[in-house]
Amino acid sequence: MTVLLDKARQRQTRITGGILIALGALIAVFLAPDSSGVATFRLSRPTDVWPVPNLVVPGGAFVYVASALLAFFGVRLFLRGGARWSARFLGIGLIIAVAAFLVWATAGKSFSLTGMLQASLVRAVPIALGGLAGVLSERVAVVNIGIEGMLLAGAFTGALVGSLAGGLAGLAAAVAVGGVFGFVLAALVVTYRMDQIIAGVFINLFVLGLTSYISSQVFQEYRALNNAPVFRAVEIPVLSDLPVLGPVFFSQNIFVYGAFILAGLATYYLFHTRHGLRARAVGEHPRAADTLGIDVYRTRYVNVTIAGMVAGFGGAWFTLGSVGRFDEGMTGGRGFIGLAAMIFGRWHPVGALMAALIFGFADSLQQKLALLGTPIPSEFLAMAPYIATIVVVAGVVGRARAPAADGKPYVKE
Amino acid sequence: MRVELKNITKRFGPVVANKGVDLTIEPGEVLGLLGENGAGKSTLMNVLCGLYEPTEGEILIDGRPVTFAGPGDAIRAGIGMVHQHFMLVPVFTVTENVILGIEPVGQLDHLDLKTARAEVERLSTQYGLTVDPDATIETLPVGVQQRVEIIKVLIREADVLILDEPTAVLTPQEVDEFFQIVRSLCDAGKAIVFITHKLNEILEVSDRIAVIRRGEIVGSGDPKKLTRPELAEMMVGHPVDLDVARAPFAPGEVILDIQGLTILRPDGAVAVDDLTLQVHSGEVVGIAGVQGNGQSALIEALAGLRRPVAGRVGFDGTDITNASPRARHRMGIAHIPEDRQRAGLIGNFSVAENMVLDSYYGPPFAKGPGIDWHRVHEDAAAVAREYDVRTPSVRSAAAHLSGGNQQKLVVARELSRDTRLVIAGQPTRGLDVGSIAFIHERLIAARDEGDGVLIVSSELDEIMALSDRILVMFKGRVVAEYTPHEAPVDKGTIGLAMAGAAT
Ligand SMILES: Nc1ncnc2c1ncn2[C@@H]1O[C@H](COP(=O)(O)OP(=O)(O)O)[C@@H](O)[C@H]1O
Ligand SMILES: [Mg+2]
Repeated sequence: MTVLLDKARQRQTRITGGILIALGALIAVFLAPDSSGVATFRLSRPTDVWPVPNLVVPGGAFVYVASALLAFFGVRLFLRGGARWSARFLGIGLIIAVAAFLVWATAGKSFSLTGMLQASLVRAVPIALGGLAGVLSERVAVVNIGIEGMLLAGAFTGALVGSLAGGLAGLAAAVAVGGVFGFVLAALVVTYRMDQIIAGVFINLFVLGLTSYISSQVFQEYRALNNAPVFRAVEIPVLSDLPVLGPVFFSQNIFVYGAFILAGLATYYLFHTRHGLRARAVGEHPRAADTLGIDVYRTRYVNVTIAGMVAGFGGAWFTLGSVGRFDEGMTGGRGFIGLAAMIFGRWHPVGALMAALIFGFADSLQQKLALLGTPIPSEFLAMAPYIATIVVVAGVVGRARAPAADGKPYVKE
Repeated sequence: MRVELKNITKRFGPVVANKGVDLTIEPGEVLGLLGENGAGKSTLMNVLCGLYEPTEGEILIDGRPVTFAGPGDAIRAGIGMVHQHFMLVPVFTVTENVILGIEPVGQLDHLDLKTARAEVERLSTQYGLTVDPDATIETLPVGVQQRVEIIKVLIREADVLILDEPTAVLTPQEVDEFFQIVRSLCDAGKAIVFITHKLNEILEVSDRIAVIRRGEIVGSGDPKKLTRPELAEMMVGHPVDLDVARAPFAPGEVILDIQGLTILRPDGAVAVDDLTLQVHSGEVVGIAGVQGNGQSALIEALAGLRRPVAGRVGFDGTDITNASPRARHRMGIAHIPEDRQRAGLIGNFSVAENMVLDSYYGPPFAKGPGIDWHRVHEDAAAVAREYDVRTPSVRSAAAHLSGGNQQKLVVARELSRDTRLVIAGQPTRGLDVGSIAFIHERLIAARDEGDGVLIVSSELDEIMALSDRILVMFKGRVVAEYTPHEAPVDKGTIGLAMAGAAT
């Protein structure tokens, strides 16, 4: 009996082992011959208070060691099994593979590792906030496909109001408009029991159409309406002087800090407060919540509206947090990747943030690699974040469990 | 606290679930509310606990009329209900479930789980409701989940506890424990409303009985003066015969031969564990057991809906372990699934369409690539008549039939062709007494004609009434076997085996 179970697990472990061996082989065959020369990773900028020396890695040797390590892990899993280790080995294996890839691309050149990590965080922001908005609404069982539209609405409003009344006003307006769309979604799916997917798609199409129209018709004419100030980085005293950590974590703009703070707040709210407990109960078993006198509809309205506000804040990043102007469809699917981050993060705010950081890393990696001029076409590199999404959601997450009532309308009586 | 229901009527659109009900609940007594499935017991109590608003009528507490805008109001008034389908959040802990809605909090809305835990422990010792406050609900057996539900009501300081069909999910031993809990609550001065459709339970525990039929109170009385047949007649509306006539036991050769069958659940846990059993033709084998001990997986595997990971299933000498459901049908295996809504019929299809779900593809119904609908409707009407499926027309949607008629429809489809083996899961779950009797007759008729019959049921009474041989399943294994015609067995013995005592 237990023998049978073990068999099933063993097969899974073997597949993982096989994947690692294949990765090792690929690296040895394709990357290793090409990695002669040293790869220089710059860790600090010339202006840094406490400079650290560059990380210099001998290319060929590193890549060979990486491929040997992968092969070793793979063979070990393949032969000795041990299901407990398979997920851990797969994770470590992927990290090694990515490192080998970076060394290969950098061999003979030099490249700012700190800069890339800093960019990862920046790029993770809209994904993390989109994912957080997803967590907040799916925890009360409302599937929020409309996050993409809410991000876009936030970006647009931020640019428009920011141009007219300054950055802070733009930010407040973006949050408010995000909240309005959250409320609209709640009204559609809670009160009118519209299909949640259709309601979300409706919001996405509506916002895309409206903002594209205004930006092509109005913003073209009156450029002053689309010229918002950008929030600069806020250096945290002392901490921002730390080598590597300083520039990555403590010298960012309010959107990056905001994403971290909001993830922390949301965790506190969902898992340590009375209202969070009620919200989760509504997402898991609304009828049970109802029989205990909890207002299911109100809880959904409030949480989905807050989710919209979070998405509106994330949307403002696109304009007020980076380029200061709005372009048609500039969110480019980040809302959907945010939803993937939510699933990968197992519907937990911190999980979603971590997942977003991985996606942000993939995104900035592809950008730096394009700069380094690797022989891989940049179109393929641009796909990297999306491929990472699919691999991670399909392979590593496995059986994550959504809130039990997710996507189901609640009908009283 | 004395609660009175006055002239309560509750309608759902055209359906009248309760009609002019008057009922009084006295403190310190157990009121037994007896009625068939669909009689309107749950609806009436949902009105009392504030979940439904009555269409007409009023509720009085200690003589003063009250209105409940929601369950919150009823709880505050001291009325708590343990619902037929538990209202517990499976991924929450016991403590979290108990305090939901009345959470103790500190600063910043911070949940005070420590206080909550202590409170749960206090109640659990005070009333003998043993439970680990930190366990997650989904890991607990239903008997324990029920205690959590009761603690939930007690912590809200309810004076009236409504228990809706609380014994349906329990083993006979758990029922005994449960009755002790009920008595101790009663001694503490609480009023209990105990809802059931089981006659012996209501006679055992109630101080007073009220019988409800088709939404109306049709009688009440003292359990010491009432007998089972009297109650049954009140509940059903006409005299009922509680026994099934059957031909003498004359088993033939082995028709179903299961060897070392092992089935996994989707999550990889073992559902059926190296199970071996035989069914002879002309024999009813009944599998008793608490739900969730692998019976569903076994039935599905025998019907071809689930693939076993090991073992062999033989039917009349051929290996059918991996045969398709259709192949099994054609060999003469009938399958009455556990859940008629999910696996037995298609609600939006008409009665006639459902009747030919297993045979539309061949003669006489297939006409080239098309279907001879005229023939289908004619045949369906005849079968519906024979099997007492009460429907306005064979063209009405199956979803519009009552539960009993839906189940008779499934039974009709499965048994109206030539069968040699009948596999039935919970064949009478949630049905009225009339439909139960009819389906039992049909199953026994199949046996008398020489079919092998395998029945899985969590109703021990049903298993004992029908079976020539009784097997008890526990954790995926057969742990006990009884042959009543050789040596009589009593419920207690089987109940112990169901609880795992035989292992
Ligand atoms: N929400 C509802 N909508 C429509 N009909 C209902 C609803 N709830 C119950 N009914 C109907 O009311 C009748 C009584 O049901 P119920 O109170 O659940 O019976 P019991 O608990 O006695 O088995 C049944 O005919 C049932 O179909
Ligand atoms: Mg009921």
